[in-house]
Amino acid sequence: MAATEPATSPEPTTSPEIGGIGHSLRRREDDRFIRGAGRYLDDVVLPRMLHLALLRSPVPHARINGIDASAALELPGVVAVLTGQDLAAYNLAWMPTLSADTQAVLATDKVRFQGQEVAAVIAEDPYSAWDALDLIDVDYEMLPAVTTPQQALEDGAPLIRDDKEGQADNRCYTWETGDAQATEEAFAAADVVVSLDTHYPRSHPAPLETCGCVADVNPATGQATVYMTSQAPHAHRTLFALVAGLPEENIRIVSPDIGGGFGNKVPIYPGYVCATAASLVLGRPVKWVESRTENLISTGFARDYHMHGELALRQDGKILGLRVRMLSDNGAFFSDAQPSKFRAGLFHIVTGSYDYPTAHIVTEGAYTNKAPGGVAYRCSFRVTEASYLIERLVQNAAYELNLDPAEIRMRNFIRPDQFPYQSPTGFVYDSGDYPRALQVAMEQVGYDELRREQAEARAEGKLIGIGLASFTEVVGAGNHKDYDIAGLKMFDSAELRVHPTGKAILKLGVKSQGQGHETTFAQIVANELGIPATDIAVREGDTDDTPYGLGTYASRSTPVGGAATAMVARKLRDKARVIAAHLLEAAEEDLEWETGRFFVRGTPSRGVTIQDVAFAAYTNFPDGLEPGLEGVHYYDPPNMTYPFGSYIVVVEVDAETGVWKVRRMVAVDDCGVRINPMIVEGQIHGGLAEGFAMANMQFIDFDEDGNCIGSNFMDYLVPTAWETPRFELGETVTPSPHHPIGAKGVGESATVGSPAAYVNAVIDALAHLGVRNIDMPVLPDRVWSAIAEAGGGDPG
Amino acid sequence: MEITVTINGAADTYDVEPWVLLADFIRTRAGLTGTHIGCDTTSCGVCTVLLDGKPVKSCTLFAVQADGRAVTTVEGLAQNGELDPIQQAFKECHGLQCGFCTPAMMLVSRALLDANPDPSEDDIRWAISGNLCRCTGYVNIVKAVRQAAGAGATEGD
Repeated sequence: MAATEPATSPEPTTSPEIGGIGHSLRRREDDRFIRGAGRYLDDVVLPRMLHLALLRSPVPHARINGIDASAALELPGVVAVLTGQDLAAYNLAWMPTLSADTQAVLATDKVRFQGQEVAAVIAEDPYSAWDALDLIDVDYEMLPAVTTPQQALEDGAPLIRDDKEGQADNRCYTWETGDAQATEEAFAAADVVVSLDTHYPRSHPAPLETCGCVADVNPATGQATVYMTSQAPHAHRTLFALVAGLPEENIRIVSPDIGGGFGNKVPIYPGYVCATAASLVLGRPVKWVESRTENLISTGFARDYHMHGELALRQDGKILGLRVRMLSDNGAFFSDAQPSKFRAGLFHIVTGSYDYPTAHIVTEGAYTNKAPGGVAYRCSFRVTEASYLIERLVQNAAYELNLDPAEIRMRNFIRPDQFPYQSPTGFVYDSGDYPRALQVAMEQVGYDELRREQAEARAEGKLIGIGLASFTEVVGAGNHKDYDIAGLKMFDSAELRVHPTGKAILKLGVKSQGQGHETTFAQIVANELGIPATDIAVREGDTDDTPYGLGTYASRSTPVGGAATAMVARKLRDKARVIAAHLLEAAEEDLEWETGRFFVRGTPSRGVTIQDVAFAAYTNFPDGLEPGLEGVHYYDPPNMTYPFGSYIVVVEVDAETGVWKVRRMVAVDDCGVRINPMIVEGQIHGGLAEGFAMANMQFIDFDEDGNCIGSNFMDYLVPTAWETPRFELGETVTPSPHHPIGAKGVGESATVGSPAAYVNAVIDALAHLGVRNIDMPVLPDRVWSAIAEAGGGDPG
Repeated sequence: MEITVTINGAADTYDVEPWVLLADFIRTRAGLTGTHIGCDTTSCGVCTVLLDGKPVKSCTLFAVQADGRAVTTVEGLAQNGELDPIQQAFKECHGLQCGFCTPAMMLVSRALLDANPDPSEDDIRWAISGNLCRCTGYVNIVKAVRQAAGAGATEGD
């Protein structure tokens, strides 16, 4: 196959001292973190600060007949108790969600999920606030709970959202895309149809720092400063203004160091609203920090898609079309954090890395008595579910057609010369070389040898499985035409100031939660201007101090904020050229640029450094030129970016216990140009671990009464270093043609791509027995049962 | 109750309620916010400190249980402004991302290296398995501990 792009990262064009793109610069932010000097939300302490704790519903569905807080109010230290009725007086009992639904802040009529917010206690210290919760008496009238979306859509199911006018059933949305008729025809013409029903289980991002805020409303001025665990502080400021009716110039959101986000810190939660309302009413700062259980049972869950997929194929393995019917469990309030045009996020990327003419996708959402959420947990909106479905289907198709799972992929990949490639559901893939990524992964893992070993092991009754996934992601929203969150268009911004001494400060609309922005974004500027990355401070998170942006989630920081950074640096370079020409007494067009320096063409010794120019911008600039060297750029991306990769997992399955162990995990990622290879690899490691978590152990379940199973880290299993597999990374580099530095984003690729690889590996070990599906997490008892059912008896 | 605790080498006497958790005490009374709280159920380990040199999860001890004992927190790792090799290795090997689990991870690693200066990868993974990390997949944490072990060995030679 023809290779048109470099196979690995090109050599950096800057010196290590400058530290531009391609250098594995050590992280600037680490200097405070390794000393315990990070400043996270719970570290914010203000004078006269009060503490808020939330009373939550113990039951999933009940009418509230009354709330008696009198005993709680008598407890020493308690200052106030807030109920939904109190908030209703300020029109704050309900708030809009990010998907144009409404969500109760504190329940007034009914509770609709276990863990829903019912009342708030504000006290002088957190211990008193928590103790007082036990003294609030709520009169609940039990209602039957709806715990699955299938149940929710049955005739006569209890109506959950009786608060919504015109809502007669539990249907939340229906959404359809693709060409039904053409897809029907493709299936009619197929030699083989392969189908798969699978549930992508409910999961939770569970960052180690839970959510919280400190709201500080100045009673004299009305100025509201809200320190908040926010991945999107600017958007949150605007939503606060719209919801609470506060003038936006009086609202300042400060997102401090964040102890992991993974999508969990994108929505606005009732706790934020209650703390702000309490501070407004009481005239004192109010802190709310949720417990781990509160975090797991009430804040943004992810996934919970029941998927039915069908592939139409020719006998030779060529895919002719894809049909998907999908049922989403949205919980009690539709609060998916996603672009408003797409009700199932970007699930329609489900056509994957393959070239075929048609697809038809129908998705339905249902209300259930479960927590709301639908956040993009370390993925672009619903891309994880989509990638999982197509990669499972393609692998299963290989078994039906007696083809190798690698071969069927090779026969169907979009070819490198087909980019930009228009998918049947309307995406325009920017660039890719899928065959090469798979080839690199196969060589790295020793694929052919492994297949031989697998056959020999099988003959001896041992189960070895080799699972593949060749995923394509879609990240970096927007453009503004197609992508918005609650109406706010998905651009992003960067403001760059070069000080007289040649040092610089970069301010961003995005917000790191551990991705290393203080280092990588400085490297982009270093690359563009030749100012050493260590001379560039990066600021984020304070809405008074940074330009407007939509925040960090769905891998959009590098594709959008990174592009804005490169563009603003180029703007300053253009201005610097004018000043350099003045200093060198030469015409602008006669100047050449090399990293960090302008010189007169033909006379390289006659030059000025960017630092010289910066000083002159404040001390010696030409007449008529605006002084200073600073600028801002708002970047509206022309297209999304499409990172991709091929992952191969090798597992050994113990037939007697159903326990499976990962022997190898090879991950070849192509995220375009890598700004800081060390950080990119760190992002991939983390994603691979979270993908393993979902495949192996991590899920939120409910019993038939609607009780959440998975409300703490003893039931919701997050892998430790002991269970987490060892990872082997590889890379190819196919730059994005439309991104200023060719980067695509990488923070989520591995979470998107890897679950299918792990599960396919287990299925591959059992494929000869006829096993085609085990739902995630692939727990030992599920494996054991699958073997038993396939073999018609007890495997052990 | 009156307790005397030596925190990072400095002994002091405190009057504390008997129900105050050690994690809260360290954060609010001693003012050392490098110790974090992540779960309240002894599961995640981000509150880990060393008590007389041994790692403990400070959300599951009362402050009064530290009476007469020595607590080491992340703020006590560096000596005379000089970073501990484990701190240097975490930065050098990119063993941290969001930084929330990092103080605890470095402390359990320090305790491991004090007991076993040349741990295998399995030794390291087992030693840190009481501490969760959601960012790194543990790869570079393991690498950092090995590097710090190497640095320690060099120093001792």
